[in-house]
Amino acid sequence: MNQLLIIAVDGLVFASWLFLVSVGLSLIYGVLRILNIAHGSLFAVGAYAGASLVVAYSAAGLWPPGALGVLLVGALAAGLVAGPLIERGIVRWTYGREPVMQLLVTFSVFLILEDLTKLVWGVSPYYAYQPYQLLGQVRIGGIDYPAYSFLVLLVAALVGAGLWWFVRRTRFGRVVVAVIHDPEISVAMGVNLSRVYVTTFALGSVLAALGGAFTAPMISVVPGIGVEVIVLAFAVVVVGGLGSLEGAAVGALLIGLVRAAAVHLLPVLELFTIYLVMAAVLLVRPLGLFGRVEARRI
Amino acid sequence: MAGSTKGWLALGLVLGVLVTMVGVSTWAGPVRPAEVRVGIVTFLSGAAAAPFGIPARNAAEVIISELNAGRVPAPYNTPGIGGVPIRPVIIDEAGGAEKQVAEFRRLVLDERVDLVIGYISSADCLAVAPVAEELRALLVMFDCGTNQIFEERSYRYVFRTHGHQILDNVGAARYILRIRPQVATIAGINQNYAWGQDSWNTFRESMRKLKPEVRVLAEQFPRLFAGEYSAELSALLAARPDVIHTSFWGGDLESFLIQGLPRRIYERSTLVLTTGDTVLPRLGQQIPPGVVIGARGPHGALAPNVPLNRWFREVYTNRFNVRPVYPSYHMSQALFGVKHAYEKALAANRGTWPTKEQVAAALRGATFDTPSGTIRMALGNGHQAVEGVAYGITSRFNTATKEMELTQVFHFPAECVNPPEGMKSEEWIARGFPGARCP
Repeated sequence: MNQLLIIAVDGLVFASWLFLVSVGLSLIYGVLRILNIAHGSLFAVGAYAGASLVVAYSAAGLWPPGALGVLLVGALAAGLVAGPLIERGIVRWTYGREPVMQLLVTFSVFLILEDLTKLVWGVSPYYAYQPYQLLGQVRIGGIDYPAYSFLVLLVAALVGAGLWWFVRRTRFGRVVVAVIHDPEISVAMGVNLSRVYVTTFALGSVLAALGGAFTAPMISVVPGIGVEVIVLAFAVVVVGGLGSLEGAAVGALLIGLVRAAAVHLLPVLELFTIYLVMAAVLLVRPLGLFGRVEARRI
Repeated sequence: MAGSTKGWLALGLVLGVLVTMVGVSTWAGPVRPAEVRVGIVTFLSGAAAAPFGIPARNAAEVIISELNAGRVPAPYNTPGIGGVPIRPVIIDEAGGAEKQVAEFRRLVLDERVDLVIGYISSADCLAVAPVAEELRALLVMFDCGTNQIFEERSYRYVFRTHGHQILDNVGAARYILRIRPQVATIAGINQNYAWGQDSWNTFRESMRKLKPEVRVLAEQFPRLFAGEYSAELSALLAARPDVIHTSFWGGDLESFLIQGLPRRIYERSTLVLTTGDTVLPRLGQQIPPGVVIGARGPHGALAPNVPLNRWFREVYTNRFNVRPVYPSYHMSQALFGVKHAYEKALAANRGTWPTKEQVAAALRGATFDTPSGTIRMALGNGHQAVEGVAYGITSRFNTATKEMELTQVFHFPAECVNPPEGMKSEEWIARGFPGARCP
């Protein structure tokens, strides 16, 4: 019973982190129909921005809980600068082209950003563990969890709820839904497509950077962290169904729980769990859990 | 006219004899070169760069410039190699084994290096070694850990001037039983690839041989560069082993330690970090007291207090504002081994520049001094070094060095933690370490 509780908590903690790092990828695919490989390096840029701001903030000896706000500022700054620049500067030229070409272009953006982060932040690791240790521990099932993990869970829940509210309840969100369903008719009805695209891309970039910034306190921020994340995020959105926000949440939860169970019960399988879940889901539902079949336009 | 023809013929004959003599003297051995070109291959990018590759490159740079200037203490106080300056050609190890094989060929055939010192990744060592043999090019492997290389086949041109992973993990098991003889349960968390699995298997089997009643409670194998270990930490906390072994390195090790601290993993179990020396200068007080630290040999914080080590620490720290860690020491072993071999061959050749076969013969079975103590090329028919290993346990934070101090430091000599010549490591452990001589 105790072990089940620990598996559930571990699964939930990992799932919330997975959702946070993958939801931006799903959002951008949902609206722009582009699989944004650069998502991984936007995650890394967010992690570096958050970590370097926390290091500076902590060195200045300011009010420690403020470091959490600093992470948020780092993510917003990174996403809002990089997102529109990438969309307006590069990605928009690929609209309407072959998906393979779009994939190659975002992959090249990924490579450029990887080198840019090395140029700006160097190759030495950054440690921003202060926020991670700030909130103390929570004891569940006889073992200690950092309260920070539950803060990440809260942030993921707020991001999920906020996105749902944005898409379903705001005027701009309804315009976005209209664009998802039919860009041509939306334009005919007076929707400014460029504005929708650049806003969505910026929002997706902010979400990637937010995932990075809130991961930074848990890890040693080193070159290469973006590569690891894009593989995981891709698995999550494929399981959930490309472009579906609910799918990203359910996909993250499914992978999180199965992986936690594997770590506790059958550790040798841990490496394969993500791909096992992906293969099992795709066998039954080739478009993912929440994927919808689209009519091909001629 | 006839006289003049005879004169020309005589001149031609003399010239012919002279040319032949020069030719013969050239064939007797290579002429003394203007420089010794040394290819140096180490990670300059990717995850292994910051913890291993860059400290190794830094060591190469500082040692080569000091050697060329003749400022290294005895026995290396003559400039360069036999008076000839060393010229490094440094390349990046990133990109995988296939790329490294191509880069090795390029170094030997296009860059015309005299030898290559390289490779941190065991996969690269395993891939490049046969190519070195095929090209008859000298290769000195400086940091890779796999014990397979000289246990699976023999080489003529390939050497390794540091001990393989067996000594890290046999040493860790011996150390744990010395400081915690009552240990009853162990667990491991190691990266899911050859290095992590080999390290854990060696440690687990050594513990079982040394104390058969020890039980294994958990074996975690997260993927390489996972970075997030929440569930693994929960499993280790729930299992409550006396000892947790890890051969994690780089960012993975640092992330694991950062995540372990607020979860109080250190209060429940004694952690053994076989590569812990690399994080001591980086993480400072993030490493609590009571953590067992290894350095894959007597390196870094565990290096002996000998003149060469005092010199090395000083020149390295002055140049890079951080102390050398074990990959820097491994690089120093390779460079000093090469200088020793060249100069030994040069002396045996009475001053004529040696061929690579003569250098290889001189390095085979050699014994030479390094900042980590004396190295013996005792295994693999004289091609594989043996060295001792040291372990210590963190005690308190030193505000001057900004590192945790190590206490209860024990040094296990080479003959205690290495298999004897001719015996495979697995067999040596399975048979209960025959021939091991431990203090």
